[in-house]
Amino acid sequence: MMELGINPVALFAGLVVAATPLLFAAIGELVVEKSGVLNLGVEGMMIMGAVTGFAVGVSTGDPGWGFVAAAGAGAALALVFGILTQFLLSNQVATGLALTLFGLGLAALIGQPYTGIRSPQMPSVFIPWLSDLPVLGRMFFRYDPVVYFGLFLALAVWFFLGRTRAGLILRAVGENHDAAHSLGYGVVRIRLAAIAFGGACAGVGGAYLSLARVPQWTEGMTAGAGWIALAIVVFSAWRPGRVVLGAWLFGGVTILQLNLQASGVAVPAYYLSMLPYLVTILVLVIISADRRRASLNAPASLGRPFHATG
Amino acid sequence: MLRLEPRIRPSALVELATPAIAVLATILAGLVLFAALGKDPVEAVRIIFLDPLFDPYSRSEILIKSCPLILIALGLSFGFRAGIWNIGAEGQYVMGALAGGTVALAFHGAGGPWLLPLMALAGAIGGCAYALIPAFLKVRFNANEILVSLMLVYVAGLFLVAMVSGPLRNPQGFAFPESRIFDEAARLPTFGDTRVHIGIAVALLAVFVAHVVLHRHVFGYAVRLSGAAPRAAAFAGIDRNRMIYACLGLSGALAGLAGLFEVAGPIGQLQTSLPVGYGFTAIIVAFLGRLSPIGILFAGLVMGLTYIGGETAQFLLRLPAAAISVFQGMLLFFLLAFDLLTRYRITRTRSGPA
Repeated sequence: MMELGINPVALFAGLVVAATPLLFAAIGELVVEKSGVLNLGVEGMMIMGAVTGFAVGVSTGDPGWGFVAAAGAGAALALVFGILTQFLLSNQVATGLALTLFGLGLAALIGQPYTGIRSPQMPSVFIPWLSDLPVLGRMFFRYDPVVYFGLFLALAVWFFLGRTRAGLILRAVGENHDAAHSLGYGVVRIRLAAIAFGGACAGVGGAYLSLARVPQWTEGMTAGAGWIALAIVVFSAWRPGRVVLGAWLFGGVTILQLNLQASGVAVPAYYLSMLPYLVTILVLVIISADRRRASLNAPASLGRPFHATG
Repeated sequence: MLRLEPRIRPSALVELATPAIAVLATILAGLVLFAALGKDPVEAVRIIFLDPLFDPYSRSEILIKSCPLILIALGLSFGFRAGIWNIGAEGQYVMGALAGGTVALAFHGAGGPWLLPLMALAGAIGGCAYALIPAFLKVRFNANEILVSLMLVYVAGLFLVAMVSGPLRNPQGFAFPESRIFDEAARLPTFGDTRVHIGIAVALLAVFVAHVVLHRHVFGYAVRLSGAAPRAAAFAGIDRNRMIYACLGLSGALAGLAGLFEVAGPIGQLQTSLPVGYGFTAIIVAFLGRLSPIGILFAGLVMGLTYIGGETAQFLLRLPAAAISVFQGMLLFFLLAFDLLTRYRITRTRSGPA
């Protein structure tokens, strides 16, 4: 790959892997926002997932348990946010920021003994026959199970939100919490469930970084991935299918940038490393510029606190 | 059964008391945290919160740490009041340091008394210009300023590395990614034989000016009105776009100035380890100070104390550096939780909901 410059098939495979953490975090945040809650703590929950998943994966020798623990850690941290914003009615923006600052610190504290260790190997799923196909095999059928699970999750969320009664209720809570409340739906309960789900997804996304993508633990390793996931939700206009597209777009930028660095382009590495962040800004600008279309699908109660007075 | 009852107007007493309660709750939670880490909790709390106050050197170091926190938090507080969320102060801090530092390096060996004011001006302009990027993108394209300003933090960090590894690298520095040491003329004057620099005085002045602007000037009124009643602000003819430019530009300028003070003060050169998270900690300081300038002054000093105490604790108790960030994060949580009591009162109902 290196001597040939950039190989499109390898690039695509790298893109899918690089996109997976973003996909998990963004699909979780999508559900949270659809319930009318803006949780800006994705970065904090991701890094907690990364460190917990890594610690448990290393000590049990099984990355599977690492992912389970990461989901738990992400959900637990998210519930701190949930309690603060849903019961104590704190400002969601400030609380989300607090969650990120707290998560980054706590993860660094927990992760200290784990710096410099390699994680247990993730098994790839080689689907017989399909994975041996010349080009398609490498592009679609040679990933670890978590990659497939992420895509399945996006499909499941799409089905849940658009095709089930529970999904309709969740969206109703996000559109107009007062109306949903007067119809007898438990706004706070539904939002807490959504927040916990979002945290679990962010945790798994973080663990994918530390267990599969990198794979080791370093302080601050999410490097803004949680914030990019938030941008992907805006990019997607709150549609699960476009979340996948958005995650792949950002995964693609990351991989392209790394490949350019490796192929020895004359541009210094620091400038290339800016690309994912600059592309995020560019995409936000393009998506948000059309105000009417950008807000068409946005949950109407997004970020507004709910206090039942009756 | 307990229930929440909205207060007709926020309680001023509770508003003043919550930061103190939050600090106490954080200390209590800290006792648990240190015990969990296998340290003597009482000793740890004493080292972090009390000892620095009784040691002259530590006291001066607290002032040095508080300076950037107070300056940045002051700027942020205006935007936060008006619902404009600049969370990229860390990036503006770096850009201010770079702009001002470049001036210092450009006049290497040719300084004069005019150099420091020029550097400060360049620092403020650098930070301000960098903060106006998210402002422009918000006003012109409706792009979320939270995400844009945060993305620019990463860009600024990388740009700093690029600059000190390239154009601004010390020619005699054996290819280390850092600039020359600034000339004496480009270093902030200090008080006596301490490391406390003139930036503290500027921060104090800024607190005073911010207080006057917030409570006596029409801009402060517009900021407070935008936060308390956005629709009323719109009807009163307050231009939201100008508000966005003003709040982001102001916070960027102060963050840039803070960055310049840091490189021209304690550090003395441009180096890659410049960003240490003051821009993020300042968010906590702003909230701890209840978004009021006087409050921010005290909150900045408290936060400076935890930094200095935390450093001592790292050294004496072999406490991990990250424990202090956990501490600061917890403080913000408690603060936001107790904030409820300013807007609601807890009442007891005799029976459950009918």
